[in-house]
Amino acid sequence: MKRLHLVGLLLIAAVLLAVPPFLKSYGIYLFSYWLVFVIATMGLNLTVGYAGQKSLGHAAFFGIGAYTVAILMKAGFSFWLGLPLAAVGCFLIGLGLGFPALRVQTIYLAFATLGFNTAVWLVMRNEEWLTGGTFGINNIARPGLLGLSLDSNLAYYYFVLGTTVLLAGLLWSLLRSPWGKAFTALRDNPIRAESLGIDIQTYTLLSFAIGAVYAGIAGALFASLVQFIEPAPFTVGASIMMYLMVVVGGPGYFFGPVLGAAVGVLLPEWLRFAQAWYLFVFGTAVVLLMLWLPDGLLSIPERLRAKRLAREASAARSAAAAQLEVK
Amino acid sequence: MTDFLQLFISGLSTGAIYGLAALGFTLLWQASGTINFAQGEFVMLPAFMMLGFASFGAPLLASFVLTCIVAVVVLGWAFKRGIADPLLKHGLMPIVVATIGLAIAMRNGVRAGYSAEAHPFPSLFADKLFNVFGVTITLADLGTLALALVLVFATQAFLQKTVTGRAMQAVAQNTDSATVLGINVPRMVFYTFAINALLACAAALLVTPTYLAKFDMGEPLGTKAFFAAIIGGFNNSRGAILGGLIVGVSENLAAAYISPTYKDAVALVVFMLVILFKPQGLLGKKVERKV
Repeated sequence: MKRLHLVGLLLIAAVLLAVPPFLKSYGIYLFSYWLVFVIATMGLNLTVGYAGQKSLGHAAFFGIGAYTVAILMKAGFSFWLGLPLAAVGCFLIGLGLGFPALRVQTIYLAFATLGFNTAVWLVMRNEEWLTGGTFGINNIARPGLLGLSLDSNLAYYYFVLGTTVLLAGLLWSLLRSPWGKAFTALRDNPIRAESLGIDIQTYTLLSFAIGAVYAGIAGALFASLVQFIEPAPFTVGASIMMYLMVVVGGPGYFFGPVLGAAVGVLLPEWLRFAQAWYLFVFGTAVVLLMLWLPDGLLSIPERLRAKRLAREASAARSAAAAQLEVK
Repeated sequence: MTDFLQLFISGLSTGAIYGLAALGFTLLWQASGTINFAQGEFVMLPAFMMLGFASFGAPLLASFVLTCIVAVVVLGWAFKRGIADPLLKHGLMPIVVATIGLAIAMRNGVRAGYSAEAHPFPSLFADKLFNVFGVTITLADLGTLALALVLVFATQAFLQKTVTGRAMQAVAQNTDSATVLGINVPRMVFYTFAINALLACAAALLVTPTYLAKFDMGEPLGTKAFFAAIIGGFNNSRGAILGGLIVGVSENLAAAYISPTYKDAVALVVFMLVILFKPQGLLGKKVERKV
């Protein structure tokens, strides 16, 4: 099983490294777009999948990250100043958003975060002096890295890929650390976690803040990728899509966001052959997928294993019964 | 002052419609734990059904009755059997995402299959103005408010005065005890889904003349209904209408006196205050957390 994982990972890595140079620029753009959403939903997966919180406001952080970088770059500052500022800003605002979570749970929390998203979106749309309002901010430059230019789509793609791998590695080690265990304890049973000495308030706040940092970094990369931002990609609808990606991929599975973001970003593109009906087909597909796999796409292996175990158990039972009869 | 009263009254009439949608929403939550993210689309679809029936020459009331029947079957029965029943045992996340998918499918299905344009919709009420002490009130506003209130109180009376209604309340409060008492729980839950569908039809009948029938009309409506439900109290049916009225009035007043661009923010501020200081809602009961 372990070797199978390794082979799978190597295969994915090979595809991600080798395929884009052969794609047209729109294909490369889509791949980068997908990776940006992988980063954002990795953060949401920490908040929702691992720590068990509800968040329908993730696109707000995505937007805060994007606007921070765009506004700073328009003011003449470097992307490399904007990126850490976006991350720190999102961390602090994420901490703030965590506070309602200390008071309310489940659906109330979902709507509190949804409300936060609407508020942020209203500011983006209405405060023209800062954000350009509905006209947005255009001609956002791409950064350079150690003297290399990332202006070409392919170079930027590899930059996004590198960042994704780096952030995934960080998240992986975080989840393997005692902190990660504390997050899952918080999800599975907050009261028991508390009685085991886990400071559940701190961890609730941190799960929002760290998730927000991922969204902020993704937003920063997004701004430089599309080079034009306006409030539309940061609506409540976008947050709901991110939530959908996490749940469809498999909340609480490390690679869930990779698949989920593919469903949310690449599937609608692929469905374009259905023309006017493509979003209808997409919505229906999501409903059917949930009915078939309520725990997300990555629950398939577990399900197969459970089936195999059940089959083995029933085989063992009938063998034992046969033996009894012989005696 | 007259301006204020005028805005107040038209706010009440919009708010009453939010309240209708919110009421269905809270009923579903109480009876089965279903969170319906397609609630706005549940109002949009009947609006188009009525237009469809009307295009065959049916008068408004007849097409409303026909729509109610179709809605109970499709938005009530089929929604419960097809989506809610199989998913509820898996917790909150799958049902939320499935209803999000459903909302996307419904919205874009109507857009692709019927029309992306906004369609005018006949009003139930004549175009008439009243003048009371200098305050101009339209008959539509007054009629909408009255009809919505009648519907809410009728639902309330049904839940409290009839045997079936009390059985439904029992199911909402404690499903296990209700089963032990011999109440047919699945049937009571179905009644809730049917009532939700009927309330959505009524909301569609009342709101579409002003909102116009459009594939995306459900989106703002759904969000306002959520806010209304939470402001009023998620586990209280009377709270839904109170929340709806508060949202309707406050956004109308805010648009006029504060800033039209931040109109949506006012409902939000009320909502945030309620969430932070009285999370169970204005009329809701507190739910203790369980180990």
